[in-house]
Amino acid sequence: MSDSRIPSFRRGVKFRFDAVRDAWIVLAPERLFVPDEHAAEVLKLVDGARTLSGIADDLCARFDAPRDVVLTDVAAMLDDLAERGVVAW
Amino acid sequence: MVAPPDPPMSLLLELTHRCPLQCPYCSNPLKLERAADELSTADWLSVLDQAAALGVLQVHFSGGEPMARADLPDLVRHAAKLGLYTNLITSAVLLNERTLGALAESGLDHVQISFQGSDAAGADRIGNYAGGHAKKLAAAALVRASGLALTLNFVVHRHNIARVPDMIAMGEAFGAGRIEIANVQYYGWGLLNRAALLPTRAALDECTDTVLSARARLRGRMLIDYVVPDYYAAEPKGCMGGWARRFINISPAGRALPCHAAETLPGFDWPDVRTHSLADIWYASEPFVRYRGTGWMPEPCRSCDRREQDWGGCRCQAFALTGDASRTDPACHLSPDHAMMAEAAQAASAPAPPFAYRRIGQRGV
Ligand code: SF4
Ligand code: SF4
Repeated sequence: MSDSRIPSFRRGVKFRFDAVRDAWIVLAPERLFVPDEHAAEVLKLVDGARTLSGIADDLCARFDAPRDVVLTDVAAMLDDLAERGVVAW
Repeated sequence: MVAPPDPPMSLLLELTHRCPLQCPYCSNPLKLERAADELSTADWLSVLDQAAALGVLQVHFSGGEPMARADLPDLVRHAAKLGLYTNLITSAVLLNERTLGALAESGLDHVQISFQGSDAAGADRIGNYAGGHAKKLAAAALVRASGLALTLNFVVHRHNIARVPDMIAMGEAFGAGRIEIANVQYYGWGLLNRAALLPTRAALDECTDTVLSARARLRGRMLIDYVVPDYYAAEPKGCMGGWARRFINISPAGRALPCHAAETLPGFDWPDVRTHSLADIWYASEPFVRYRGTGWMPEPCRSCDRREQDWGGCRCQAFALTGDASRTDPACHLSPDHAMMAEAAQAASAPAPPFAYRRIGQRGV
């Protein structure tokens, strides 16, 4: 299974570490949320160059999880974030 | 012992109440502050420093018209350097290539342009500013060309609610990432003009259908945020995410408020950012603590399982309608005052009275 779609942050969306809360934060116009740990690990790999498959490979290598499951999970998570205006394909 | 609150998320700076427009629903207080009373640049810079240290993540530069302040680019640059997400909320009539360029260079993240409608005649009548709509169109095109993220904000009421489809089409035409279809909120000037502005339930229902189907059609391309008037809701909004839970508003003269409408409430000694630290204001000042959480709640909120979702609704609306800020928001169907909402909504079917336009030094009444 492979997926060559490339996610990137939408215009006006920022993803950064906040030292006060000790957490990664997604910042967008009138939107602001703290992604859970899984989502934060995925978002750290969104750079407008890596493909979905590339992101899944990276996560598999680090977290020792079955690749197909990871790919499906990551695709679902990013699709959801795309609907919420955070990332675009 | 009540747990200490989380740090604030957002800060809204009302840099000035000056504005070339005179919208009859303006969210500024009826008693507008004059230029001579505005905070200095140094005061605002200090507020930004303290906000970032406190954990604020997002700063909204608003007004009045924030572009009426010559130091706006300096304030944006400072905020961006502190890592704050910077959002400009503007009428855009002062926005041109030069002023936008200075803001983009300063590190501005996002521009929100308010529109008074989708057609020039109707929009300019609302803002009471000839040629305003054309200026806004030109400004939106400039923002789009600059590569900055753009939101178009449409304020909706009985005179333009039928044109919501055109507003959505405008957002699409500009390639905006996001639009807001925001019904007027009835505080301050909006409340003063309620009979002239509140749409009928039928008009609102049609608007809601339009928004929902456009949302489905534009999913993943353009976000549509939608705000309805409380008058037709069964439950209140979680106003500001709860009193003093996420948000700080600073008035032009430096008074810190838990929401922009809070100055309408009597019996508060609002802390001044020139004499109090933002941390003290957030964690310890009496006005911020007073309605924070659920301890202050009367019935029916106190025993309601929605109390930590909507936090009992809006204190300013409770005061404006019942004269008591600590009552359940009348927008709630469980409130003993809820019938007031339906009574007020009857005016929506009567002929609209003229507007009381927003003016400095005049209450419009
Ligand atoms: S609502 Fe209208 S009058 Fe009030 S600040 Fe915005 S543009 Fe100016
Ligand atoms: S009773 Fe209070 S807490 Fe319950 S829904 Fe109504 S306003 Fe919200």
